[in-house]
Amino acid sequence: MTDPTGSPAAATLFAQDSRTQKRNASEARFRAYGLAAVVVAMLALVVLLTSVLSNGLGAFRQTFVVFYITLDAKPIDPKGNRDPAEMAKVTTFGYAKIIQSALETALADHGLATGDASKKDITGLLSKEAPAKLRDMVLADPTLIGRTIRFETFATGRIDGYFKGRVTMETAARDNNTSPEQLRLADKMRAAGLISVGFNPYFLTGPDASELRPEAAGLGIAILGSAYMMIIVLVLALPIGVAASVYLEEFAPQNWLTDIIEVNISNLAAVPSIVFGILGLALFINFAGLPQSAPLVGALVLTLMTLPTIIISTRASLKSVPPSIRDAALGIGASKMQTVTHHVLPLAMPGILTGTIIGLAQALGETAPLLLIGMVAFVRDFPSAPPEGFFDPAAALPVQVYNWTQRADPAFVERASGAIIVLLVFLLIMNAVAIMLRRRFERRW
Amino acid sequence: MKDTHKPEVAVDSNTLKFTARNVQVYYGDTHAIKDVSVDIGDTSVTAFIGPSGCGKSTFLRCLNRMNDTIPICRVTGDILLDGEDIYDSRVDPVQLRAKVGMVFQKPNPFPKSIYDNVAYGPRIHGLVSNKAETDEVVETSLRRAALWDEAKDRLLQPGTGLSGGQQQRLCIARAIATSPEVLLMDEPCSALDPIATAQIEELIDELSHRLSVVIVTHSMQQAARVSQKTAFFHLGVLVEHGDTGQIFTNPVDPRTESYITGRIG
Repeated sequence: MTDPTGSPAAATLFAQDSRTQKRNASEARFRAYGLAAVVVAMLALVVLLTSVLSNGLGAFRQTFVVFYITLDAKPIDPKGNRDPAEMAKVTTFGYAKIIQSALETALADHGLATGDASKKDITGLLSKEAPAKLRDMVLADPTLIGRTIRFETFATGRIDGYFKGRVTMETAARDNNTSPEQLRLADKMRAAGLISVGFNPYFLTGPDASELRPEAAGLGIAILGSAYMMIIVLVLALPIGVAASVYLEEFAPQNWLTDIIEVNISNLAAVPSIVFGILGLALFINFAGLPQSAPLVGALVLTLMTLPTIIISTRASLKSVPPSIRDAALGIGASKMQTVTHHVLPLAMPGILTGTIIGLAQALGETAPLLLIGMVAFVRDFPSAPPEGFFDPAAALPVQVYNWTQRADPAFVERASGAIIVLLVFLLIMNAVAIMLRRRFERRW
Repeated sequence: MKDTHKPEVAVDSNTLKFTARNVQVYYGDTHAIKDVSVDIGDTSVTAFIGPSGCGKSTFLRCLNRMNDTIPICRVTGDILLDGEDIYDSRVDPVQLRAKVGMVFQKPNPFPKSIYDNVAYGPRIHGLVSNKAETDEVVETSLRRAALWDEAKDRLLQPGTGLSGGQQQRLCIARAIATSPEVLLMDEPCSALDPIATAQIEELIDELSHRLSVVIVTHSMQQAARVSQKTAFFHLGVLVEHGDTGQIFTNPVDPRTESYITGRIG
């Protein structure tokens, strides 16, 4: 105060002056904000993962009922000629009766008193999938007739939910689809080994199932459909994107036309994905006449959506190649093309691949455009092998999540979370591949 | 300006490699090189000197049409290499650059092995057809670039792992591997320490027995040490050119004198 000029001679280095204190305080605050932001982000991630994992891990385990069925020829092959065409006339109702009596026999064999459980409670233990499953088994292999076979089928969603803690005696009492008596019987059957809970590969390999059979719903078609789409997106978007970027970055003259193209590519990257869905619907389905729900159409739409991402990241990585490398190559008489293919592209490759995989990951998780081109449909039949399979109806992972979250049965909550886990695992794998490829190409300097 | 044409007679002892007449270079609206006419002899070193931004590098880059890569750059006038106009529409710049090699200010080896760096030019120009020939060209070029002894045991290691001076000699080896007739050097020593600079200068002297070297330099001492001819550029104009000794000891133009005595630039 006595020295208004603030002469440094009056100050000691061992005490901070007020300006320094202020600066240090603001720096500390700034760091705290940053740290807080990171903590909030991490918390959000932890909450998300916990909720998805706690809800979804159950989808990979399933309650199975196992018992032996003696397949008498009379009800399933009335004419006795083992002709599949004749046998196919027996509907699932015929098989339901066989299953019912076999299950009752099994219960009696194990000395399990059915207690207060009604006949409906007993057959209601099994998934509605069971008769169809048995019928398919017999039609596929008529030699089974006359033999006693081990039959394993899903318990219904309610029983499954009981063993996973979703259904309790109290809720069962209020539920038309199950009853406390049925649950007590299920407990006894589990103790007797007729019911077991174990890993359910069918969740990953099976097709979707209807609203009434959550226990039978699987992701097989969705995974296959997503895989088909990713293959087509990769095959289309990578070459087109790289070719467009290389042309724009290395060969195109700088004029108003390329400026417009550049601005529009940036704009396309920001266009909402549902708009691409409408475009795909109008262009590929209505105009080009491609089939609905087909992975090909989905992939074409996703390609359009991914291209801007790939082009932008490829151009950025081409730009980051030092101009001295281009000079060096041109200086010893390499042509423009040789300069690009021998030197610029290899150096830009890590960036291009990273951008491509990020684009693919984005496409893998994209839902809205697929809804518009009909991939939201209920698909029970597996698409055939490529390339014909690209035209067959299929589902996609994110759309399957969307579908399942819409269904009323609480068992589908678990299924949807399980599908999210599968989707996240695929995304993690793709990101890991991106990191690996980048490392590998960078090591080649 | 007229007297700048006189030394042509003096150059006659050498055969001429480049003949430039009334060269104008425009960058968009900027007139970067104004009416430059100069001759460059074979098997000798010609130095371009001048203050920053005087156009000496621009002119150098006209000699192998590297300016073609700059979209807004326009070159008029005649530049003849062995009597052929290099800006003729029939000339492919790629072929020209195989004859007129270039070494840049900053060492810029490819991020490949030393061997591949040197072998790249001969390979793309089809000068070698098998491994033995490539080996030979690589060894010869590295020897001529005085890098063989240091590099022979690490030919397959990355060229970017060499020291700055070694990298620049690698770039020279790469440039001479295609057996160019002219070697353009754009301030090749400005990023190097004095020892590496001395090695490069020695190398330039060696090379000039076989080909024509044109070097742009900021260092007047370097121009005096390595070159037989010197051209002084100022503000896009070729002020004076002639025998190096004469330029440094007895400049005709007052601007040249001011520059070499340190008053402008």
